Amino acid sequence: MASISSNLLFIAFILYLAATLFYGGSIKVKKDSNEKKTTTKWGQIAVLLTIIGFISQLGYFITRWIASGHAPVSNMFEFTTFFGMALVGAFIVIYFIYRTTLLGLFTMPVALLIIAYASMFPRDISPLIPALQSYWLYIHVTTAAIGEAILAISFAAGLIYLVKAIDQTKSDLQTFWLEIVMFTLVTVLGFVVVSSGFSAAGYHEKFNWIDKNDNQVTVDYTMPAITGPHKGELLTKGGFQPWVEMPAIVNAKKLNTVIWSLIGGLFLYSIIRLLLRKRIGAALKPLVKNVKLDFVDEISYRSVLIGFPVFTLGGLIFAMIWAQMAWSRFWGWDPKEVWALITWLFYAAFLHLRLSKGWHGKKSAWLGVIGFVIIMFNLVAVNLVIAGLHSYAGS
Amino acid sequence: MNDVKCECGHVNPHGTVLCEACGKILDEQADKNQLLDMRYEGSARRSQTYNKTIIDKIWNFFSSVKVGVWLIIITLIASALGTIFPQKMYIDQPPEVYYQQEYGTLGKIYYQLGFDDLYSSWWYLLLIAMIGISLVICSLDRVIPLYKALKAQKVTRHEGFLKRQRLFGVNSDAADKDLTLVKEQLQRKRYHIREENGNLLAEKGRFSRWGPYINHIGLIIFLIGTMMRFIPGMYVNENLWVREGETALVPETGEKFYIHNNKFILQTYDKNKDKTFAQALSKAGEVAKNYQSNVVLYEQSGKSLPGEKPKLKKVMDYKIRVNHPLSFDGYSIYQASFRSELSAMTFSLMNKQTNQTYGDVKIDLYNPKETYDLGKGYSVKILNYFPDFEFAKNGEPSTKSRDPNNPAFIFRMYTPDKPKGETSFVAIRQTIEPFGNNTYKMAFRGIDTKNVSGFVVRKDSSMWVIILGGIIFMIGVVQGSYWQHRRIWIQRKSGQVWIAGHTNKNWYGFKREIETVLAGTKLTMPEDQLQAGKNKEEG
Ligand code: HEM
Repeated sequence: MASISSNLLFIAFILYLAATLFYGGSIKVKKDSNEKKTTTKWGQIAVLLTIIGFISQLGYFITRWIASGHAPVSNMFEFTTFFGMALVGAFIVIYFIYRTTLLGLFTMPVALLIIAYASMFPRDISPLIPALQSYWLYIHVTTAAIGEAILAISFAAGLIYLVKAIDQTKSDLQTFWLEIVMFTLVTVLGFVVVSSGFSAAGYHEKFNWIDKNDNQVTVDYTMPAITGPHKGELLTKGGFQPWVEMPAIVNAKKLNTVIWSLIGGLFLYSIIRLLLRKRIGAALKPLVKNVKLDFVDEISYRSVLIGFPVFTLGGLIFAMIWAQMAWSRFWGWDPKEVWALITWLFYAAFLHLRLSKGWHGKKSAWLGVIGFVIIMFNLVAVNLVIAGLHSYAGS
Repeated sequence: MNDVKCECGHVNPHGTVLCEACGKILDEQADKNQLLDMRYEGSARRSQTYNKTIIDKIWNFFSSVKVGVWLIIITLIASALGTIFPQKMYIDQPPEVYYQQEYGTLGKIYYQLGFDDLYSSWWYLLLIAMIGISLVICSLDRVIPLYKALKAQKVTRHEGFLKRQRLFGVNSDAADKDLTLVKEQLQRKRYHIREENGNLLAEKGRFSRWGPYINHIGLIIFLIGTMMRFIPGMYVNENLWVREGETALVPETGEKFYIHNNKFILQTYDKNKDKTFAQALSKAGEVAKNYQSNVVLYEQSGKSLPGEKPKLKKVMDYKIRVNHPLSFDGYSIYQASFRSELSAMTFSLMNKQTNQTYGDVKIDLYNPKETYDLGKGYSVKILNYFPDFEFAKNGEPSTKSRDPNNPAFIFRMYTPDKPKGETSFVAIRQTIEPFGNNTYKMAFRGIDTKNVSGFVVRKDSSMWVIILGGIIFMIGVVQGSYWQHRRIWIQRKSGQVWIAGHTNKNWYGFKREIETVLAGTKLTMPEDQLQAGKNKEEG
């Protein structure tokens, strides 16, 4: 069962990848046959592939559930994969409302990156500690992820808006920040490439080091240590000697991973820039030529409107019910809870600015981008950096 | 202040921008604008009308959405600051030491700014309170006039009103059969249709306009609910430790309920049995599977005199587990933690030279006996017992608490050859012989432990208010987000047929709907004047 499950996930990934290419194709074709409103052949194939991929991933989810006996949303790998799936699902829904394949071209790569990122975490089926053994947990986590995924569509739509609306003939803050967004996406790819590279090569090196409580502990690096642990002593013969040693309060291993990802990202980004000979934002511009700004602006707003109630229900209300059952208090100011509150407040501010202050267009698109940054921060940084009750076990 | 009478005959309250009934522009300033600001139907909002007294000023401050958004943003940033380092409640050392030690100077500053307990700081609570006030005033300022305006609206609208709608178009004339078809198609789309002198108003989803106000009411109720726990008696939150085999009074129940702990159970996953998790378990090591206390809940029957043992009546057996609290009479008891405690210690009376022993003494640490007779003239007396031993400031042995965390004894050992007895002070890993060298000693043999279940006892009488607030919030937010208020006016003006449309959001979908409604007729799709203006600008 577990192996069927991972095969289905793999198939889904490949299908999403193929779909992305077809979305790209559908835009190109459209440009030639100008001014046709209906979805092109390529676009139809792309959507079909997306749906089959989604069903395949649903199969992964169900089979893994059967194999483990609990809903597979209980560790970093499972949750992040589910988030990727929810993103594809949200796209499919929005697609059937607005029928634009361009949105697929921007959403699917994000979903692919998220699923690839998820696969970098340990994929073992993990047991549930008592606090996690609750139906409310499944309900809470899945609903929250679906809500966040719908909200993330406003990021994709916002990107389309910005790529189209920002004048790439000059260099200003807007082109700069748009390029930072692109670079960040590339860096995630960098992380995936670097870590799967080292793990394929089976890279390992061990250190003895002294933690902040003066205990001697060992740590296992899976990438060559650029930043070594505090008073680290390399145990692996022929291992890579760290360039710098970190103080005890810094998690040198995680920092090392971040540095390697940045190196990978910079490397990939330079290659892309060399090939394109312009900013990624500028290179994407021809793709969005035919889309109306008001149209994507509305998609972006609409997805926030649809996602906000779902997120409130899953991320806050169901979360409170579960917290009440598991920890006897519905709210405990745990970092993960606080960041859910921040996400919620942020989108509330988004809605008010839009409705009452008339923040449409570029401003609204930027807000969509920031919102997604907050969601990803909660998913990644709060789990891995700010430890709390919610942070999934494992490093 | 004077009310304003419109030429259509409707009397509007002072401050109205658009006549509530026909939509004629009453306010001179608004006339210059190309498109109407339809957000609150141009109704007379207090905040836009009065600005004299201090109350007006406060009202206007809190009714501004700009202020509201600022409050939200500030709260958001403040909340984020609180997650940089762990909050006070999540650390197990004194905060004045912890922050500096763990995070250096930054940690020290964090602590000095009071961010270690940010979410209960006065200014954080003030921010939340201000959001609450803002919510109330903001909503009142808008909802009442909006309600009145929407209720008073007439079918026939003023020309200026129609022309300045974002969706507007003119048809030279329309055949009657076209209009009947449109009407049919509008009905199929579930529009409510009102007609008057050949003019038509199709409207749907008006109730969605109340969504924001309902969700704000929900939020307010929720906030009130969370404040209610500060009312004495509304909220109980106590820790309770109960040893296996013991019965304890449940605190804050007015001496009414007792709980007996039969057994505490800790289960961990087993690599060999839970095969699915074998791989994860071999990496993670021990993983807890279940924390459980098997308990019996008792209720006191009748009043007992002080000092008398209470008469208890069994209420129920229950297995308290994480995620499965025991609930009764508004209280809930949660499995929160556990510890294992020393319950008995065993010593042998031993001759130090020959190592011969003369019997074992097993001491119940909760309830030690005074003397232990070992027969044949051997006996041991406990002169003094310190369950939680420490040396007091004056150098005398003393006890910190009544829990046997670090037991120590002063024994007097009586033997046939030392009938007067020898004194020995015995603590964990140390023996002191205060009156010189002894012949005998109490040799440590072993310990027994007992589990102690850690419970949290809760009562939250405000819970229903909080739940109610949450439900109302959800209803309001869904109502406002998943429905839109759409209106289409089809009216005869100066021999032509004018079509105007308004929706409070989601214009793209609205336009597509109008397209289907007009399909099959000669009527042309009204133009999006906003879009047209933009296209002109964009060139
Ligand atoms: C965290 C607190 C708040 C939440 C979650 C919240 C939620 C909402 C939501 C979901 C909407 C509907 C938005 C839309 O349909 O696009 C809304 C509308 C609105 N909110 Fe809030 N709100 C909050 C605080 C406030 C505050 C503090 C104010 C006052 C300044 C305020 C004033 C308004 C107004 C005036 C509207 C528009 C009503 C309309 O145009 O019909 N809100 N709110």
